[in-house]
Amino acid sequence: MGDANLRAELGSPGRRLGTLARHLGVDYSPASSSLMASHNASEIVTPSPTAGSYGGSVFTNVVQAPEDPILGVTVAYNKDPSPVKVNLGVGAYRTEEGKPLVLNVVRRAEQLLVNDPSHVKEYLPITGLADFNKLSAKLIFGADSPAIQENRVTTVQCLSGTGSLRVGGEFLARHHHEHTIYIPQPTWGNHPKVFTLAGLSVKTYHYYDPTTRGLNFKSLLEDLSKAPRGAIVLLHACAHNPTGVDPTLDQWEQIRLLIRSKGLLPFFDSAYQGFASGNLEADAQSIRMFVADGGECLTAQSYAKNMGLYGERVGALSIVCKSADVAVRVESQLKLVIRPMYSNPPIHGASIVATILKDREMYHEWTVELKAMADRIIRMRQQLFDALRTRGTPGDWSHIIKQIGMFTFTGLNREQVTFMTKEYHIYMTSDGRISMAGLSSKTVPHLADAIHAAVTRIK
Amino acid sequence: MAVSVNVSRFEGVTMAPPDPILGVSEAFRADTNDLKLNLGVGAYRTEELQPYVLNVVKKAEKLMLERGENKEYLPIEGLAAFNKVTAELLFGADNSVIQEGRVATIQGLSGTGSLRLAAAFIHRYFPDAKALISSPTWGNHKNIFNDARVPWSEYRYYDPRTVGLDFDGMVADIKAAPDGSFVLLHGCAHNPTGIDPTPEQWEKIADVIQEKNHIPFFDVAYQGFASGSLDADAYSVRLFVRRGFELLVAQSYSKNLGLYAERIGAINVVCSSSDAGTRVKSQLKRLARPMYSNPPVHGARIVANVVGDPNLFNEWKQEMELMAGRIKNVRQRLYENLSEKDKSGKDWSFVLKQIGMFSYTGLHKAQSDHMTDKWHIYMTKDGRISLAGLSLSKCEYLADAIIDSFHNVD
Repeated sequence: MGDANLRAELGSPGRRLGTLARHLGVDYSPASSSLMASHNASEIVTPSPTAGSYGGSVFTNVVQAPEDPILGVTVAYNKDPSPVKVNLGVGAYRTEEGKPLVLNVVRRAEQLLVNDPSHVKEYLPITGLADFNKLSAKLIFGADSPAIQENRVTTVQCLSGTGSLRVGGEFLARHHHEHTIYIPQPTWGNHPKVFTLAGLSVKTYHYYDPTTRGLNFKSLLEDLSKAPRGAIVLLHACAHNPTGVDPTLDQWEQIRLLIRSKGLLPFFDSAYQGFASGNLEADAQSIRMFVADGGECLTAQSYAKNMGLYGERVGALSIVCKSADVAVRVESQLKLVIRPMYSNPPIHGASIVATILKDREMYHEWTVELKAMADRIIRMRQQLFDALRTRGTPGDWSHIIKQIGMFTFTGLNREQVTFMTKEYHIYMTSDGRISMAGLSSKTVPHLADAIHAAVTRIK
Repeated sequence: MAVSVNVSRFEGVTMAPPDPILGVSEAFRADTNDLKLNLGVGAYRTEELQPYVLNVVKKAEKLMLERGENKEYLPIEGLAAFNKVTAELLFGADNSVIQEGRVATIQGLSGTGSLRLAAAFIHRYFPDAKALISSPTWGNHKNIFNDARVPWSEYRYYDPRTVGLDFDGMVADIKAAPDGSFVLLHGCAHNPTGIDPTPEQWEKIADVIQEKNHIPFFDVAYQGFASGSLDADAYSVRLFVRRGFELLVAQSYSKNLGLYAERIGAINVVCSSSDAGTRVKSQLKRLARPMYSNPPVHGARIVANVVGDPNLFNEWKQEMELMAGRIKNVRQRLYENLSEKDKSGKDWSFVLKQIGMFSYTGLHKAQSDHMTDKWHIYMTKDGRISLAGLSLSKCEYLADAIIDSFHNVD
């Protein structure tokens, strides 16, 4: 693959430009007589000529990328000098005092690690910390899962949820016969990019119903039933991001039957196990239903939220296979994806997780702290709902207490969001998503005022 | 309840071969022989052949614990304090490129991750360009470019006749490549050969790169670890910067700070203007976000603390001199043992001339296999040994094995 024939294979310069343009999300129409014709200068896509451009910069044609929409919210928030500003953008838990939280049990685990002379910093295997992998699989699938007992699960440590999704996506693009993945509409903003860069083709299925602010179950089933055999289906295991709308267990069962009868391949994104309901087992029910039927699936697990390990980038990709033999071969191919990406994963976060999961008492302490976080969020939901009711804010706001997890899809539109940011210094993503974890009893009234104003003044 | 798929979707997935470098350690672990020696992966070992966590690292970690810092997401580009010190360490804090804000620095997942981000950037913004890599080079370089879909070709580097640099071949191949290629250069302590160009040769390499409008792309995994001096080991990079090139540099703190498993490094892009630097940085972020969102905080904080504190920084320099010193001592002892025990008159001085963690012994695959099969010495099949995994007390055994394999295996 390492020679110029590859370039020739990829066809004409025009086709390469088209590919580049699609990558950058920029319109490119080969029919236009010049690239300058229908686009403004900042969107022009031209390959950077390296030869003969040395007088200026080889990077002349590299344009300024827009700020990431989700992380960009925090950037804007930080710039705002207002004392009443509230950051409901990125999904990181905040205490009632509005502060980031490092769990006590995490600090304890870190103390143990840092003070342990036998804890060294040698390269982990490509697949990561073995203990961590085993414990993660047990956590999500259940310790007594037949898939685990039968050695049909391969688990590799990855960089949090994102890394697990990317590695899983790359693996599927190379080894699965069907390269289309169906993602819910809406979904986490980073999903389409992760899978596109992994080499998959992204399609959507109906998910959120704006009229009910709940699940559009009928259309969901219709869309999935039209998917080609073998297509991959991305499912949020619990606490759907950004809507907070989850299928009921009954609906999950119907989804499972449909997926299995159509021969689709489920890929679960599990970023909130234990964080959604406060109960680790309950939040894993959807996944376990699928594994129980003996079929195959992929699962991306993140410890960013439920263990508060955001910046440590801890997660795991598990692939449940039909047989132990297949699992071994699949693992060997996962290593080929990982090695040229970052060689092997970071040790610190995974060691913390393993330390906690393997110790009975620490595990228990974790479940207590986890439930406390989940409970606080549920309280904020109730308080916001009550506050809007008190103000007589027009509309049905019951979705605030029906939705689950860190986020609420308020149903506010772009203009209303812009208004709330400008007039009330409320920072949130433009799709109307708010992070409940960023709210406190003190800031709920201010948010309720903002929503009330937005809804009554802007339609 | 029955699932309609009875055969696995992944039935056709074949067993991948073990990684040629990391797989060596796996094989070593499985070996039960007392005499076994792991000279495979480049991880530093003490004279007692134990892994080594630097004292400054332990101190930094204790400080971090005491401060009780949070674990919030880093920005996509990584820890600002780390990005600042890593660029200063590499280019020199008073370097004009830093003063003028012309360097785009993104924290990356050690050397590999930083190389991969750069390769992805090259693929997207220079879709017609190819990468030139040395023959031989670190085994993972080609995988990184392959997965990033950047075509590559090799330039001559190692001369088996001299067990040294094929300088004329190197220059000729760089000259023959299409204009505007990205030339991957090892900043110091070339991996796997340990053979570095001299300062005069670096100037001539810069000449031909300039002539062809190529873009230099440095892999710096051993700054401070090769000679023991951080500044000396940055010589080649700083030379190219002085000459006004726009260039890329991937850095790793795996070896010089012993932070292997923390995955801490950076990709630096030196641009002709700060505006270009800002734009390039924004696009590197766009590549990192769909790969892992943002990088891990722990290793970055350790580096920022060590490099940012004058006392810890000095202590680090001392520890690094000790590590580099131990490797030089081991080279000396091995050379002496080889010269004494080998009666053939073969010149083993390349062991002393080569620099860094690795030595290219000149043994070919069958001979390397023999080293493992008969002598339980684990190394990579290209004849590379990691001196970091060698103790003074084992030099004699290794010398015997090398002499035997060299002379008695075809």
